[in-house]
Amino acid sequence: MKLNRREALAIGLGGIAATMLPMPAMASTVEELMAEFAGGAEIGEGGITLTAPEIAENGNTVPVSVSAPGAEAIMLLATGNPTPPVATFRFGPAAGSQSASTRIRLAKTQDVIALAKMADGSVVKTQATVKVTIGGCGG
Amino acid sequence: MISRRDFLQAALAASAIWGGSGTGRWARLAAQQQLSQDQLLEFPDFGNVTLIHITDIHAQLKPIWFREPEINLGVGEARGKVPHVTGAEFLKLYGITPGSPEAYALTYEDFVALARTYGKMGGLDRVATVIKSIRAARPDALLLDGGDTWQGSLTALRTAGQDMVNVMNALKPDAMTAHWEFTLGIDRVNEIVESLPFPMLGANIFDAEWEEPAYEPYKMFEVGGAQVAVIGQAFPYLPIANPKWMFPGLSFGIREERMAEVVQEVRDAGADLVVVLSHNGFDVDRKMAARVPGIDVILTGHTHDALPEPVLVGETILIASGSNGKFVSRVDLDVRDGRMMGFRHKLIPIFSDVIQPDAEIAALIDEQRAPYKSELEEVLGTSESLLYRRGNFNGTWDDLICNALIEEREADIALSPGFRWGPSLLPGEPITREDLFNVTSMSYPQAYRTEMTGEVLHTVLEDVADNLFNPDPYYQQGGDMVRVGGMGYRIGITKPQGSRISDMTLLKTGEPIDPNRSYVVAGWASVNEGTEGPAIWDLVESWIRRKGTVTIDPNNSVKVVGA
Repeated sequence: MKLNRREALAIGLGGIAATMLPMPAMASTVEELMAEFAGGAEIGEGGITLTAPEIAENGNTVPVSVSAPGAEAIMLLATGNPTPPVATFRFGPAAGSQSASTRIRLAKTQDVIALAKMADGSVVKTQATVKVTIGGCGG
Repeated sequence: MISRRDFLQAALAASAIWGGSGTGRWARLAAQQQLSQDQLLEFPDFGNVTLIHITDIHAQLKPIWFREPEINLGVGEARGKVPHVTGAEFLKLYGITPGSPEAYALTYEDFVALARTYGKMGGLDRVATVIKSIRAARPDALLLDGGDTWQGSLTALRTAGQDMVNVMNALKPDAMTAHWEFTLGIDRVNEIVESLPFPMLGANIFDAEWEEPAYEPYKMFEVGGAQVAVIGQAFPYLPIANPKWMFPGLSFGIREERMAEVVQEVRDAGADLVVVLSHNGFDVDRKMAARVPGIDVILTGHTHDALPEPVLVGETILIASGSNGKFVSRVDLDVRDGRMMGFRHKLIPIFSDVIQPDAEIAALIDEQRAPYKSELEEVLGTSESLLYRRGNFNGTWDDLICNALIEEREADIALSPGFRWGPSLLPGEPITREDLFNVTSMSYPQAYRTEMTGEVLHTVLEDVADNLFNPDPYYQQGGDMVRVGGMGYRIGITKPQGSRISDMTLLKTGEPIDPNRSYVVAGWASVNEGTEGPAIWDLVESWIRRKGTVTIDPNNSVKVVGA
């Protein structure tokens, strides 16, 4: 993944301690990527909020924000893109909040997945379907 | 202590005198087979707060015919629920006698005969009479306009919505929200909004670049000693369903979290009653009501549904007030101690021959129309068929438009958008230019001619079908299916996107559509910037003039499965 191509306009940094690391450009499957991120921990639910539009106004730049209080790292995956990894946000101990906002390009209608790794090593997941449509026939 | 829910249910039972299933006033009025203005306006005041709701007027200043849909299918949890109940089922559900004035106002059956009996509906001068009568009883009643007000007629097009602004301002609304307003272009919208003596509210309208609120989200009113918060919710899918280049820099969306935040904000600011003035569409509002706590009333809009009773979702009431000026809803609420303790509701049908026009507003309407009088009245031809638009898959007005597109642009296939606005015309009536503009008037009317492969056509139909039949209402855009001329197809509405549409057939040859072959397609109202072609009304006008008399054959080209 290349950041400039993703048009990442705004990263809601939880203080200066958050960094956004580009993912290695390997063609891993979504399952492999999630397993790697979880590092053997069972993937649970709750404690993570992903906000994305139900229908993208512009598939080239879809605003997405994710929040997981207490997380050390949050990974975003666009499951239907040729390269699913979007970003991994890491939060240091001085981070005021564990949330991030970015804009992503979605090639087609797909699920966006967010995983958070908590300080105790537990991992939680949430997802949202973002529809990319031709539009034009409303109302 | 009686819970809030008990109060609501008790109030619902009490309100049955106006619309209870089987025993309601609607049924009794029907039995009497007569109407008077006093009956239509009869409403013993209740509680301390009155809301007046009108929505989706689509610039219809004068009384109109408006046939409600025969086909309005619900999917997912909405399947078989109102507003997806039509015709005889609807009459049965609400205890309305077939052939009664209410049956005429609310359903499609026997429409032509009933229209000739009961006359046109709507007219903002009649609406004015209703509003003034309510205000005489309740001077501080709030008048709330749900949007789609400034578009849909020749005069609204020629004046860029000014005719509607002038007449609505005279009715003194307290707030509005918006959808088609934005197709006037962002500069014009902001020019009007700055001139309005009331706010345009849209909690879900954001600056696209900075994700900051772009319009006022809510306004607080003091009514009957209570603090009433009115939160606006504009149509969520404006940049998708309409041309986003006309309002660049704005982002919409349902933004459920934002709605929850604003509800909390107004509660914290002391709101005793929270009203959402919404252009979400009914199914979206029903879902939002179940998921966002703290909303007392949602005044719904966009999907043009008229329901004679509120729909209760948890402790939230949903009010559906129809379209095109056909109805006004009055909702009286008992608001005490920071709570809604009960309500009384009436959907008031605007029978134009029963309700006296308000003289002042009638004069104002005539003034708006005067410069365009001869243009409006010019007769283009005659229709032998009933012309109407509403229905999930087709309507005779769009059949007419598709026929004109195919012949005038020498196309194999025609596409007409699934708009829900546009009044009806009775058989034998002349088609005036006003009638034609009432079903076509908008700011991106170019009738394009292009080539599409069978595969692309399939993708387009699948895409639009999912906007209508996605089982999750938050993914629905609230229009009807794109109308297709020259091609038939089968649709399985409960299937997932990509497998709903099958058996696409070119009607003129009876051959199956070939995914790899190109077809000449004509259509109008493309959301793409730079679309070229004559305005749809000019194209249809020449076609009608050439025909003289128009007849629309029954359209059986769409086979529906899973309804």
